[in-house]
Amino acid sequence: MLKADTKGVLTGIHYMDGDHATCEGALAAGCRYVAGYPITPSTEVVERYAARIPCVGGIFMQMEDEIASSIAIQGAVWGGAKAMTVTSGPGFSLMMEHIGLAVMTETPCVFVNVQRGGPSTGLPTLPAQSDMMQARWGSHGDYEIIAICPNSAQECFDLMITAFNMSERFRVPVMFMMDECVGHMTEKVVIPKADEIEVYPRAYTKKTPAEYKAYEPIKNLVPEMAPIGKGYNFHVTGLTHDEKGYPAMNEDSQKKLVSRLIDKIKNYKKEIIMIEEEYLSDADVVVMSYGITSRVSEKAMLDARALGLKVGKARLKTVWPFADEFVADISKKVKAIVVPELNAGQIVREVERAAQGRCKVISVPHLGGGVHKPEVILEAIKEGAKGERSK
Amino acid sequence: MSAASNHPLNKYFREERMPHMWCSGCGIGIATNAFITALDKSGFDKNKVAVVSGIGCTGRVAGYVNTDSFHTTHGRAIPFAEGLKAVSPDTKVVVFSGDGDLMSIGGNHFIHAGRKNMDITVICVNNLNYAMTGGQVSATTPKTAITATAPYGSFCEPFNLPFLAEAAGAVYVSRWTVYHVRELQKSIGEALKKKGFSFVEIISPCPTLFERRNKMGNGLTRMKFYKENSTVENNADTKKAGIELNKPFIVGKFLDIERPTYLDAMNSYYDAALECKVGYVHYNGVKQEECFDD
Repeated sequence: MLKADTKGVLTGIHYMDGDHATCEGALAAGCRYVAGYPITPSTEVVERYAARIPCVGGIFMQMEDEIASSIAIQGAVWGGAKAMTVTSGPGFSLMMEHIGLAVMTETPCVFVNVQRGGPSTGLPTLPAQSDMMQARWGSHGDYEIIAICPNSAQECFDLMITAFNMSERFRVPVMFMMDECVGHMTEKVVIPKADEIEVYPRAYTKKTPAEYKAYEPIKNLVPEMAPIGKGYNFHVTGLTHDEKGYPAMNEDSQKKLVSRLIDKIKNYKKEIIMIEEEYLSDADVVVMSYGITSRVSEKAMLDARALGLKVGKARLKTVWPFADEFVADISKKVKAIVVPELNAGQIVREVERAAQGRCKVISVPHLGGGVHKPEVILEAIKEGAKGERSK
Repeated sequence: MSAASNHPLNKYFREERMPHMWCSGCGIGIATNAFITALDKSGFDKNKVAVVSGIGCTGRVAGYVNTDSFHTTHGRAIPFAEGLKAVSPDTKVVVFSGDGDLMSIGGNHFIHAGRKNMDITVICVNNLNYAMTGGQVSATTPKTAITATAPYGSFCEPFNLPFLAEAAGAVYVSRWTVYHVRELQKSIGEALKKKGFSFVEIISPCPTLFERRNKMGNGLTRMKFYKENSTVENNADTKKAGIELNKPFIVGKFLDIERPTYLDAMNSYYDAALECKVGYVHYNGVKQEECFDD
């Protein structure tokens, strides 16, 4: 780990919204190239970046569309920069093919999605969390992905650094899944000194061009990148490729490559999964939420405890890869898991799958445009507390 | 060691990836050879050259040339190249792809990169159809030509690529055919040395699909056709550069002008506008200390 470059770190105590904090997190993480296309409610991230970056020493390019943005950042990554793009639902849909390209070519980068209501143009200015499955499965083919969900302006800053660090460590595109509320909610944000911020460096190979194979897994199933313009003459392709990076379109190469792309995430889930836990040890009911919904759930849990109900909190900061083992474990101990989310019920399917019927799983859907009323979540907690504990 | 492996241009190719996958009579090999020769003659360090391709027959060029090379997604080679160039200005970035890729699915990126005058060279092999997928109609297919998805002939106006490139803002525009090997080498060399968005169109046969369906003969027939039916008209009005099926057409260097590149314009503009020093920038007209240091 390196210390953050002071030029990008706006040390101090600030009052800013999640979008702005996301921008500052990216700058602190060393992001020096952003390509984007304006879209509500994410635009403030790139507006601030466009203003900040000339004097930090980097480039913002407003592209002709989200398709261009989502691949321009990958050109910049191979050119040596850390890079991200920022969007919301309709733009995210346009970026799907390039999420797959980044997965296949193992290009470390960050995709920010400040979620709004959909489908289609939906609710441009209002919140939703309905792109959670799209973030996981949106690009064609089999792959594993990392998706992170902040629930405050402070976390937008903090977890943005984590997102960049994970993208470099795992060489995978990281989805930064905000929502309109988190993006536009103005709160206190503390930005530490640069030497208190740890940044995962781009780990270029130490091998000579003659020894180097662009897609040979070196450590933790991850290959090493080579710097551009230094005679490595490497090849990068979205086709199924061998360890040299050359197209190798057959069953064996497919199995070898795609298995590794999956396993390099799946086998290292412990490094990736972040869950905020509270009162889990004797809980009858656990509220499992993420993003803005976790803030509403806080009130419901307070009210439930005032009524004497034993409620535990499990907040997913990492949504993908999914915390299967964690959910399996608590499903053996509790009566019910309550899953409020701003969609018709997306992550609840994962909870049900991992709980395997060992406890009740109660979905509390909300189709977006606003947030849950705490009472609705409280009712679900009460319902969950009625049942029997699983055996 | 065979004579082939001693060839002076071998270092530019990934020999282990030969033979290539292009059909007999196809012009992409000639186009690639012209590029390699131009690169060799132009004095660029090949380690400082990056080749970016999209998808399609010409899209495979990136896989054969022995430089840093990127085989990206369909139609998106140009925005990839823009990001690459933006952060790595010392790299000579060359986009090498086909008409279906660059001008049909990727047309929007082409005109915007031209408008911005991104400092990249775009080489477009125009074989008048989508070849890799079996010869479908593309944005450059001439009217009445038969393709797999225009089985009764295309009825739609094609793009005139030099005109499009000039209108979009390119600073260098030329067109040659794969018959014009020397001119092509020279032109690609000029394009590589040109600062800004340079564009070279290379007319090529696709004997397996386009020529066969339209009963236009094989690769050799087309070479003769190019020789007899193309007229060199340097500095011609690009409006006159449209291509009609089996009709004479013009080739040559159509445009060679100067205009600040995106990155040069950005740097000089910010130098003047920002009096840049770290930690002091304007945000919506408000100075940083008022806006960010709250």
